[in-house]
Amino acid sequence: MKSLLTTLALTSAIILPGTVIAKTITLTTEMANYRGPGAYLVIYITDSKGVYQDTVWVSGGKSKYYGHLVSWYRATGAAAAEINGITGASVGSGRTMTVSFDLSDALFDAGYQLRIDTSVEDGRDVAHDVVVPLTSDKLGKDISGRRYIKRFTFR
Amino acid sequence: MLRKLHKYFALTMTVVILVLSLSGLALSVIPAWDKIQSPPQLETELNVAVLAARISSEYPEVEQIKRAPSGRITAYYFSSDNAGAVVIDPATGKGLRDYETFSVVQWLTHLHRAFLIGDSGRLVAAAGALAMFTLSVSGVFLLARRLGGWRRLFARSRGSLAGRLHVDIGRFSALGLIMASVTALFMSLNTFEILPQERSTPAFPANVSGELGFDPADMPALAAIPVSELRSLGFPYANDPTDVFTIRTDRGEGYIDQGNGDLLAWKDAGPWQKLFETIYMLHTGQGAWALGLLMGLMVLGVPIMAVSGLVIWWIARRSRPKMPKNAAAAKADTVILVGSEGGSTWGFAATLQKALVAKGHAVHAAPMSRFNPKQYSHAKQILVLAATYGDGTAPASAKGFIEKLAALETPPSAKVSVLGFGDRQFPAYCAFANLVAAEAAKKGWQELLPFETVDSQSPQDFARWGINLGKVLGHDLELAHEPARPRTHQLTLISRREYGIEVQAPTVILRFALPRAGILARLQGKGFKRFSAGDLLGVVPQGASVARLYSLASGTRDGFVEICVRKHAHGLCSGQLLGLKVGDSIEGFIRSNPEFSPARGKKPVILIGAGTGIGPLAGFARANARKRPMHLYFGIRHAESDLLYGAELEGWQQEGNLDSVNIACSRTDQRTYVQDMIRRDGAAIATLIEEGAQVLVCGGREMAAGVAHALNDILMPHGLSPIHLKAEGRYVEDVY
Repeated sequence: MKSLLTTLALTSAIILPGTVIAKTITLTTEMANYRGPGAYLVIYITDSKGVYQDTVWVSGGKSKYYGHLVSWYRATGAAAAEINGITGASVGSGRTMTVSFDLSDALFDAGYQLRIDTSVEDGRDVAHDVVVPLTSDKLGKDISGRRYIKRFTFR
Repeated sequence: MLRKLHKYFALTMTVVILVLSLSGLALSVIPAWDKIQSPPQLETELNVAVLAARISSEYPEVEQIKRAPSGRITAYYFSSDNAGAVVIDPATGKGLRDYETFSVVQWLTHLHRAFLIGDSGRLVAAAGALAMFTLSVSGVFLLARRLGGWRRLFARSRGSLAGRLHVDIGRFSALGLIMASVTALFMSLNTFEILPQERSTPAFPANVSGELGFDPADMPALAAIPVSELRSLGFPYANDPTDVFTIRTDRGEGYIDQGNGDLLAWKDAGPWQKLFETIYMLHTGQGAWALGLLMGLMVLGVPIMAVSGLVIWWIARRSRPKMPKNAAAAKADTVILVGSEGGSTWGFAATLQKALVAKGHAVHAAPMSRFNPKQYSHAKQILVLAATYGDGTAPASAKGFIEKLAALETPPSAKVSVLGFGDRQFPAYCAFANLVAAEAAKKGWQELLPFETVDSQSPQDFARWGINLGKVLGHDLELAHEPARPRTHQLTLISRREYGIEVQAPTVILRFALPRAGILARLQGKGFKRFSAGDLLGVVPQGASVARLYSLASGTRDGFVEICVRKHAHGLCSGQLLGLKVGDSIEGFIRSNPEFSPARGKKPVILIGAGTGIGPLAGFARANARKRPMHLYFGIRHAESDLLYGAELEGWQQEGNLDSVNIACSRTDQRTYVQDMIRRDGAAIATLIEEGAQVLVCGGREMAAGVAHALNDILMPHGLSPIHLKAEGRYVEDVY
C-alpha cells in the first residue's frame, strides 16, 4: 500500500490567501483495479463553471505524458510554475494515495470544485474522473470516480 | 582493442541482453497478431466524419475513438457510469468485442523496457541496448578481419560448431540487432527527456461558440481526414459547452467546435516527433508487422550467439598453457614473444620455454602485444613466435606489435629470431610473421637466426629450428613438441565394394557411418568436423604414429564417410583398410582441403582422374544437385574389373549430374589413357576452358603430369596454359 502524506505549502492566492484562517484538508484517492501500469493523475481546483483555478497535486514523473491529463493540460499547458514541488510518482492499480494541504476557509462552500483527470498507458485519458464541489457537507463522504478512481474523500 | 571490447561487453551484459532479447522476441509477434485480430477496413476512402457518426449512433456516450497502427479501431464510452471499451467494425460502427489489454503483453513490455522496476530498470535496459549495439558493431568488424576483408564478409565460416554458429548467426542477425539497439537507445534518450520534447498539442482556444449538438457527420474538418490517418478523436464532455472535439492524426493535432464544426486550432507534428514515431515503429514493428516478425527472427539468434560466444571464450581461455618458471622481463636472458590467435602457438612457446629453462636460461614469455624492449635489460635474444590471423593481420595476442616496433628509435640490443606459424593451405601463409621479420630487418635489428616457418603445427619443422637455435646458443636444444593430436573418431564400416582383383589392382570403396557427437562436443569443436568431397580423411593405422590421408568421396550432407583405397604392395594402412569387414571400426579425423573443390558458380567443371582418384570426383558429381555442366575423364585398366562407381556414373549421367563420362581403359585393345581422351576432345575442352571452366585433377603423379602435358598442348594455340590456370585457381590437382 503506497501512501503519500505531504503537507504542501503553497504560495497560491487561491489556496492560501495571506494570513486568513486556513484548515488542513486531507485528500484520499483510492485507485480502481485495472490492467496496466501506474496511472498519471492530477488534482486541481476550478470554479463552479469548471474554469481552472489552481493545481493541488500531480502524480506521474514524466512531463511528456502530462498532455494526457486532458482537461487540466488545456488550462495550464503543464507549466512548470503550476506544478513545482507538488509532483510525485504515478499511482498503481488498487493503490491509495493521500495528500494534505492547507486551504483557506473562504474557499469552502464558495462554489469551487475539486477535479481529477487520470490517464493510463494503452488505456484511456479520462477528463473529470472525479468532480466534487468543495462544500462542507461533502467532508468525509466517499465520492466514486468514473474510471480509474474507485473512491475519493476529503476531510 | 575491438576484441577486448567485444569480450568485456559480452561477459558483463549477457544476462541483461538475454532478458531483453527473449522478451523482445515474444513481443515481436504482437503487431502481426494485432493485424490478424483487427477487423479490416474495407472502404479505403472512409473518412473520420462518417466513422464518428457511425460509432456515436451505436454508442451515444462515446468519449474517445482510437486507431492503433495495426488498423484496430477502439471506442471508449461510459454507460450508466460504467467505463467500456470495444473494438469497432469500421463498416458499421458496431462493437465486435470488448477491448482488453493483455496482462501478459503488459508484463512482457514492462520487463522489456524496465526490468519490472522503474527508472533504474530503464537505465539497465538502456545499458543492455548499448552493449548489444557495441557487440554487434564490434562483432561485424571482427568478422571482417577474421575472414580477410569486407569483401569476404560472407565467405564460408570454418572451425568448431560454436565458432561457425557464432559467425553464421551473427552475419544473419547483425543488421537487425544494430537496428533494434540503435532505436532502443534513441527511445531511452527520449524517455529520459534528453532529446528535445515536442508536443503537437495546440493552445486551447480562448473562445468557443458555446453551442452544443453539431453532428460530427457534418463537420468538414473531420470529413477531410481519411480514417487511415486517424490516431484519436476525443468527444466533448457531455453538456460542457466549453469543451471541444480533439482530433489527432499522423500530421498533427487540433480542436473542433462542438457547436458549429469549425476548426478552432491546429498544430502540425514537428520533425522530432515524426522522427520519434518512425523510430518507435521500427523498434516495435507496430504498424509494420512484417518488420516486427523479421526482427524477431533475427533476435532469435541472440541466445544462440550468447551460448556459442561463451563456449568460444571458455575454450580459448582453457587452451592457453600454464608456464611455470616464467622469469621477470628485467631478469630474463631470453624473451619469448608469442602472437597467437587460438592458443596453439602458446603450446609451442611452452615447449620452447621448458627446453630453454632446462638448459639454464632465464626465460620470460609474453604476448607480442606486451612488447616492451626497455624492460629487457638483461636479454641476449628475443624469440618471436608468430601466427597469422585471416588474410595476414596480426593475431589477437600480437596487436600493436608492429606499431611499437616501428616507433623504436633504435632496435633492441638483443638479437632477434622470428618463427612463423601457419598452414600452407591458406593463401596468406605466415604473412604476419613475414611482416614482423621485414619490419625487424628495416629497423636494422640484428638477426640471431634467419626467418623460418612451421607448417601445420609440424613438430619436425619446430625441432629443426630448435637444433639451429641450439647451435647459435652454444648448446644442444631438443624441442620435442607434441602438438595436440587431431581428435579422432570411431568410424564403423557399413559397406565395401571390391574392384580390380583381375587386373592386379585390388581396390575397395569403403563407406563408413557418420560418427555422431553430442551437441556439447560439437559446440566445443570436439565433434566430427564437417566435410565435403575433396577434403581428407586421416587414418592412423595400428602400429604407426603418422596418419595417412585419403581423399573423401562424400560430404557430411551425404550422411556417410566414403573413401577409395587401393592395395599397395607393402602398405601398412591400405592393407589394414582392405582387410576391414562390415561392422569393423577404424579411428579417423577430418582435415579440410578447401582448395580441392569446384569453385562457386555455374561455370563448367572438367573432372580428370584415374584409379582411386575417382573418389573425390565422384563425390563432386554426387553433390552436383544444381546440375552445373560437369565432364568426367576417368582412366581405368579394364571396364570389366576396376570401373569404380560404374553403376553410379551411369545414373548421374542420366540425372544430369554429369554431362559426359569418358572412360579410358589401358588394358584393353584400345590401350587408351585419360590424356589420350583429353587430346581427342581437345577442341571442346579448350572451348570450355575459354568459357571459364575449372579443371580438377585427382590421381597418381604420372597421370597428372601426362594430363598437364596434354592440356598444355591443347591450350597453347589459345594463349592459355595449365600454369596460367593454376594461378587463377582454375586448375587444381590432388596427386599422390
